[in-house]
This record gives sequence, C-alpha cells and structure tokens, in this order.
Amino acid sequence: MRNQPHAEPAAETGAGRAPAPPLEDARKLARSRWLKKLYSQRHLQIMALLGVIWMIIFNYIPMYGVIIAFKEFNIIKSIGEAPWVGLEHFKEFFANDDFTSVMRNTLGISLLKLFIGFPLPIIFALFLNEIRSFRYKRTIQTISYLPHFISWVILGGILMTWLADTGVINKILLALNMIDQPITFLAEPKYFWGIVITSDIWKELGWSAIIYLAAIASISPEMYEASTIDGAGRFQKMWYITLPSIKATISILFILAVSSVLSSNFDQILVLRNPLNESTSNVIDIFVYHTGLQNGRYSYAQAVSLFKSIIAIILLLIANRVTKKLNDTSLF
Amino acid sequence: MFKRKTKGEAIFDMFNNFGMLIVCFLTIYPIWYVLVNAFNDGQDAMRGGIYWWPREFSLQNFEAVFQSSGIMTAMGVTVAKTVVGVFVHVLFTAMVAYAFSRKGLIGGKLYIFLGTVTMFFTGGLIPTYLLIKDLNMLDSFLVYIIPAMFSFFDLIIFMTFFREIPDGLEEAAKIDGANDWSIFLRVVLPVSMPVIATIALFHGVYQWNDYFTGVIYINNTDLQPIQTYLYKVIAQSSSNQMMAQVPGGISKTVTSQSIKMATMVVTTLPIVFVYPFLQRYFVKGMMIGSIKG
Repeated sequence: MRNQPHAEPAAETGAGRAPAPPLEDARKLARSRWLKKLYSQRHLQIMALLGVIWMIIFNYIPMYGVIIAFKEFNIIKSIGEAPWVGLEHFKEFFANDDFTSVMRNTLGISLLKLFIGFPLPIIFALFLNEIRSFRYKRTIQTISYLPHFISWVILGGILMTWLADTGVINKILLALNMIDQPITFLAEPKYFWGIVITSDIWKELGWSAIIYLAAIASISPEMYEASTIDGAGRFQKMWYITLPSIKATISILFILAVSSVLSSNFDQILVLRNPLNESTSNVIDIFVYHTGLQNGRYSYAQAVSLFKSIIAIILLLIANRVTKKLNDTSLF
Repeated sequence: MFKRKTKGEAIFDMFNNFGMLIVCFLTIYPIWYVLVNAFNDGQDAMRGGIYWWPREFSLQNFEAVFQSSGIMTAMGVTVAKTVVGVFVHVLFTAMVAYAFSRKGLIGGKLYIFLGTVTMFFTGGLIPTYLLIKDLNMLDSFLVYIIPAMFSFFDLIIFMTFFREIPDGLEEAAKIDGANDWSIFLRVVLPVSMPVIATIALFHGVYQWNDYFTGVIYINNTDLQPIQTYLYKVIAQSSSNQMMAQVPGGISKTVTSQSIKMATMVVTTLPIVFVYPFLQRYFVKGMMIGSIKG
C-alpha cells in the first residue's frame, strides 16, 4: 500500500493541467496518458513491486555481498567498511594443501554422477515405455518416484544402518563369501564416491525419467506403426525412433546437468560425510560451509564459493556450445 | 487392433517386465526394511535378521517417539513451518505472478528480467547467512517462512497458467466493479487449483524435508524441525540424547536404534501417503518447469 499515495497525486496533476504551448503539448499528453495508465494499474503495481522488493532483499543484496571475496570482512564491521584485499583469498586457496583434494573430490563425484547418473534415467524411460500394460507401467512409475520425496537425512539414516559392519550389505557379502571380514563402508575413504553416486541414482532415477517419459508420450504413434510394417524390432524402434525424437529434451537437460556439476549435492554429502572419510568427501560446498560458517572465515570461504560459480558458468557455456554444434539445440 | 507377438518380442517383454520388477523391489525394499524394524521389539532387533516381517511385533518404539518431548516439539515445528510456509509461499508467489502476467503492466519486462537474473546468479551460502543475520532472523521461526516465500521458478509456472485463463472471466468481474485484488483472490485463484496444487506439493515437500535451514540458522532446540533433529541424531551420532528423553517405563525394550527407525517412519509416512494422489499435478508442473526453465 506504500506506493499508492505516490501514484495518485502524480496522476491528478498530469491530467488536470491547463492547455500548454503546442510543442510541449504532445509530450505532456503522452505523459499524462502514461500516468493515467499507471494509476489504473496501481493495485497490480503494488503486487508486482512487493515481489521486486523481496527479490532485491533476498537475491540482489546477497549478490552484492559476493564482493566480500575481495575484502577482509569481519563480522563486527559492515561489508562496505571492510578493507579491500584484492585476490589475496584466491591466492591462499590455490596455495592451500586442501585445494587439490577438494577439487579432485568435487570434480570426481560430479563427473561420475554426470556420466553414470545422466544416461540411466533415459534408459529407464526407454524400457519403461516398452511395458505393454498401462496399469503396470503406471504402478512402476509411481513407485519409482517414491525415493525422491524422502529427505537425505532419512536416506542417510537408512544407508548408515545398511552399510554398518553388522548391516545388511555386509551380511550379504559375507554369505556370498565375497569378503572375509565385515567392512565399515562409511569409515573408509575409498568407498565414499561409490556410495554417494549409487545412492543418488537410487533416489532420483524415477524422478529424472518423468520428463523423458512425457517427451516419449508425445511421439506420433504413426511412426511406430510405419516401422512395424517395415519389420523393425523393439530395440530398433527404441534406437531409431524413440531416442532421436527425444534428442532435444536430452540436450537441454544435459546442459542443465553440466552447469550444476560443481554443486555436488551438498545435502547428501553433509549427511554421509564424517571425519574418517574426509579425504574423499570434502567437496567445495562442504569446504565453504566449514571454513565460512563454522570457522568464521567469511571472506576466504566466499572466494572459494565465487571460484566455483565462475567455473560453473564456464562449463555451462561450453556445454551449450557443444550441444548447439552437435544437434542444433541450445538453452540460449 | 490385434497384433501377434513374435517369439523375440515375447522374450523381450518377459525380460523387461522382470527387470522392472527388480527396479521396483530395489526401490521399495530399503524403506520396507525400516518399517518392519520400527515395528519390532527394540532389544530383539539388536540380534538382527529382521528382513521381511517383524519378529516380535511391538508398538513400543512408536510409544517412545510420541512420549519424547524433544521429538514431538520438533514434529510440531515441522508441521507448523510446512503449513504456514506453503500458505505464504503459494499466496505471495501467485500474487506477484498474477501482476507479472498482465499485459501492459508498466515495467513488466524489467521485472521479469530482474527475476530471470536470479535464476542464474545467486549470492550463495555466506552472503545469505550474513543477510539473515542482519535481518535478525537467526533463531526465529520467520527464517523458515520469509526467505522461502517467493521463487521465480514457481512464478514462471504460475504465470504460464494465468496467461491461459480466458480474458472474459476477468472482464466480467471488472464490469461488476471488482479491483485487481478481488479479481486475483475471487476469480483467478479459484480457477487455478491444479497449478496451486503443484506448487503447494513442491514447496510442501521442500519445507517438510529441509534440514539445513535448521542447522545453520537455529540454535534454540525448541525451534528445530524434525529433520534437523534427526540430522543431529544420525550424522552426529548423538543417539544417547534420544534415549535420555524417553520416559523410564519404556526404555527397557526400546533401543536408540529402534527409536531412530520409528522416528524415521513417523517423519516419512505423511509424504509417502500424500504424493501418489498429487501425481498428475506434479508431472504437469515438471513439464512446464522444464520447458520454460
């Protein structure tokens, strides 16, 4: 409601003016018409501006806060007062012993997720589409979404129970004589990446397939009928009709997946990490959380976070380029 | 149309059906495992080997959960933040989306540009934390609601829907002398139930499952949601704290592990029951989001 009094008098003065000299007349008229329009949509403007104010506070002020990466910010002073230090924090991060391991973990987990986790939902969607019974297909789909709606805290709890040295996984492996001694999986760094990637696929497989299934559903059935007459088998139809038809969807989702490659699922890793597996579980986001919020080194942590964003943007641009070259689809 | 299956097709169908059955089993079983263990006597479950059905059926784990003041307070916070959060988020985002979706809105293009920028650039964890701190929202219930009350992504989904509402509906209301507020509340919202259900489901799941807000912004344990409570129990292995809150009479047969299982069941069941009914809405919502996003 704050903006209403401002709009009202402005509109009145614009409309109620005495005739002015001809040259200025047209301009004045346009102005008064604009003000009249603004007045007529004052309620809409209030609604819109409330949203804009929210965005300024919760999106744009934090964006401005990014500059603390180049300052020595201290919680007592304001961001403006903090002294500039240039690229000092970036240099410190690159020289830090943790830099190599943090980058290796972030890229390792992310790339494995991309190369294994990205194609699997497509394959799942292709095969699910071949199920003949509609009700069976529907039921499988509903079940496959389920893990998406369960939080990482709960899934982490389940994983810890299963992977413990008395857990189900060890029991199975022992029964099959694949191991002699139970393994405490989450305490050993070499298993961490595997655990993170497998559990992420388990959680998101069905959910990620939704878009592909919807894209497949919009393929014209005539194409399949024609290919049946030509004697195509099921695999041939999948390969020559279904897959090319959803190529555009795949490209767009691939670009998006690449751009978020460095955000290696913070929620998940924060639950599963512990001091014993730190050498393979310390990714950029976790590093930022620890140095920034837990040790209070805000500027340093922000520099690391900014470094991540820059790489993410570069990756996005590369992926966009590549898919544009390959098949003429791109995000922008 | 009657089609004869060839032998190859029949084999393919058999393997495919079987493969899907395995996928379903792998999806459901870990959740089933928690369920049967939660309904089993705690001491007995320590021996292990409960895979398909409770060996010694018991409701004591759940009794312990419902009598633990810590768990019930946290559950209350979760329910409150989900209900209030969804209501505020849907109403506010829809309101802004309605204004943005009107043709001829002065500054409309600029507003949408400002929003689009927020989808690609964010301040990130540290500046957001500093902002919340400056706004005095640390250790306040508002931190669950206000920073989450708007999402430009959801706005796009709303806007796509609003633009398809026939103009006649609004014009009729305008002739009757209704202003934009009452058109939005009395005309636009009632015909937008499918999209409201979609956004409410997405945001409801977010509010229900979010534990990180509670971890970084809340110190007061009376204000932490159940997911944050469980995070502390699970990831930081402070399960003794869980036992300490259980009244003496029950604690003979329940263990920290069995209470954990029962709490996980209580926390997850509401979502598991709700989502199949809203399925058709979120599939649609995902589609709009993916095309526009």
